[in-house]
Amino acid sequence: MQKLDLYTRRRIVNTAGLAVSVLAMAFGLFWLCWILWTLLEHGLPALTGTVFTQMTPPPGSKGGLLNAISGSLIMTVIGTLIGTPIGILAGTYLAEFGQRGWMAPITRFINDILLSAPSIVIGLFVYEIYVVRFKHFSGWAGALALAILVIPIVIRTTENMLRLVPSTLREAAAALGAPQWKIISFVTLRAARAGILTGVLLAVARISGETAPLLFTALNNQFWSDRMDQPMANLPVVIFQFAMSPYEDWQQLAWAGALLITLSVLTLNIVARVLFRQSVTTH
Amino acid sequence: MPMFSLEARLKRQAMFDLLFRTLTRFSAFGVLALLAAIIFSLVVGSMPAIHAFGFGFLGSSEWDPVNDKFGALIPIIGTLITSGIALLIAIPVSFGIAIFLTELSPRILRRPLGIAIELLAGIPSIIYGMWGLFVFAPLFADHVEPWINQHIGGLPYIGPFFSGPPMGIGILTASIILSIMVIPFITSVMRDVFDVVPTLLKESAYGLGATTWEVMWNVVLPYTKVGVVGGIMLGLGRALGETMAVTFVIGNAHEITKSLLMPGNSISSALANEFTEAVGELYTSSLIELGLILFFITFVVLSIARYMLYKLGQREGSHT
Repeated sequence: MQKLDLYTRRRIVNTAGLAVSVLAMAFGLFWLCWILWTLLEHGLPALTGTVFTQMTPPPGSKGGLLNAISGSLIMTVIGTLIGTPIGILAGTYLAEFGQRGWMAPITRFINDILLSAPSIVIGLFVYEIYVVRFKHFSGWAGALALAILVIPIVIRTTENMLRLVPSTLREAAAALGAPQWKIISFVTLRAARAGILTGVLLAVARISGETAPLLFTALNNQFWSDRMDQPMANLPVVIFQFAMSPYEDWQQLAWAGALLITLSVLTLNIVARVLFRQSVTTH
Repeated sequence: MPMFSLEARLKRQAMFDLLFRTLTRFSAFGVLALLAAIIFSLVVGSMPAIHAFGFGFLGSSEWDPVNDKFGALIPIIGTLITSGIALLIAIPVSFGIAIFLTELSPRILRRPLGIAIELLAGIPSIIYGMWGLFVFAPLFADHVEPWINQHIGGLPYIGPFFSGPPMGIGILTASIILSIMVIPFITSVMRDVFDVVPTLLKESAYGLGATTWEVMWNVVLPYTKVGVVGGIMLGLGRALGETMAVTFVIGNAHEITKSLLMPGNSISSALANEFTEAVGELYTSSLIELGLILFFITFVVLSIARYMLYKLGQREGSHT
């Protein structure tokens, strides 16, 4: 009898524990579905053609998000272009030259911290070094802040992906007499390129939704601007401003922008993951 | 002549090698320089506030832009409380999801469900903010907060923390939304460290007749304790610095109240709301000092997190 009690109790604890874990999973999915549903519900009706053809309007009138979309694209592209080469080079150092010495472990540690450092602090930093010096907000400052966010992500993935490349590949190239820079840039980096591309895509996904670092750097601009040395409109900050406003039209546009951003970020995330899986299975 | 050109080519390649190595090292050094520059510029920027208020800045709850009197206590407390409550919710949920994904889920569903949870981390924080302000907060105010007021608000000891006008926005709402945002981060670390556990260990426990729950609780969790705590600290680091979502729903009130239903403020939301509108050197500088404090806190938390995860990684290395 005593024994049966023990078994029953263990079984009950087990079932309860596992049931709670299923519930936790449902809990997680519930929020995802709810948020996506909200976005579709409010965003789709607001997503009209004028969103892509007109500028952000003054309060109380109709308009679009064209300048914000273009500003976001410009700054994201420039931020990625600045951050990616630095990230790949530094990641290469950690993976290929970092076996000895003090610098690689410390750099890795610091990089891992920068990876999750609050992005608003990065915004403050760029404000201090750029905006204060040049006395005005600008697209360059925004792109710079985004580049600083890109670097740690690219470093991390580059290092991880280079470590997955078998050393026999390097040795084979070395045996053919290839100098080290050729081995790394034409053999190992090439073998790891799908993984590195994944990292870059994830970095782009991360920065295209970032608001906090742009608040103090690119600020906002109500008009069309392709000048990087002027304040530049961008989707996240426009969404922030419009969503917090009391005007119905602005809030509508904010929902449209929110839907756009989320769709592109989630698509980038999924593409990056699918891409990487293929590259793994083909090896 | 051919001999000579070969030697020259070798020499040139050796030079390229050196150049390449220096270039990569320089980039890696850039990361260290970046950290130093961040700290340096924040310290320089907050100098006026440090001179004016000294250490009193940390303990003062005053925030009076009109009379140029500033203190960091309220935002610091707001940041710590929202992150703390967020962790209280997120830890058990993440543990449950990690168990589900590593032990229970059918193999076909494992990948899509894992990606779905990771997408939760991909949604930009401003979207959480909008959703929180327009959808979650009104529902919370209409249906949940009256219930909390009625059933928990009257209890002794904890009652005062849960009573207040049902406004929807406030510390508790911000904490709940933060918890949803950190769940994917903690879950992903937990999944990774659970995979570290040698199959042999788990199979031995199953062979002795242990249930799935017992294996998770008595074998996997103790084995991965360090990594799990590291993952939790990583989530805490994220929660502390989260800006936009909190800014939308915390209410931005520079006051300290007992009730979690009342609006408050956090370091990051104070920065997001006030920085561009701050006039006067002391005001700006006080906000930058807030940023410095936030950076310091997250730096310490993240260092602990990384240290613990490295420790687990080393143990994994020594076993193989």
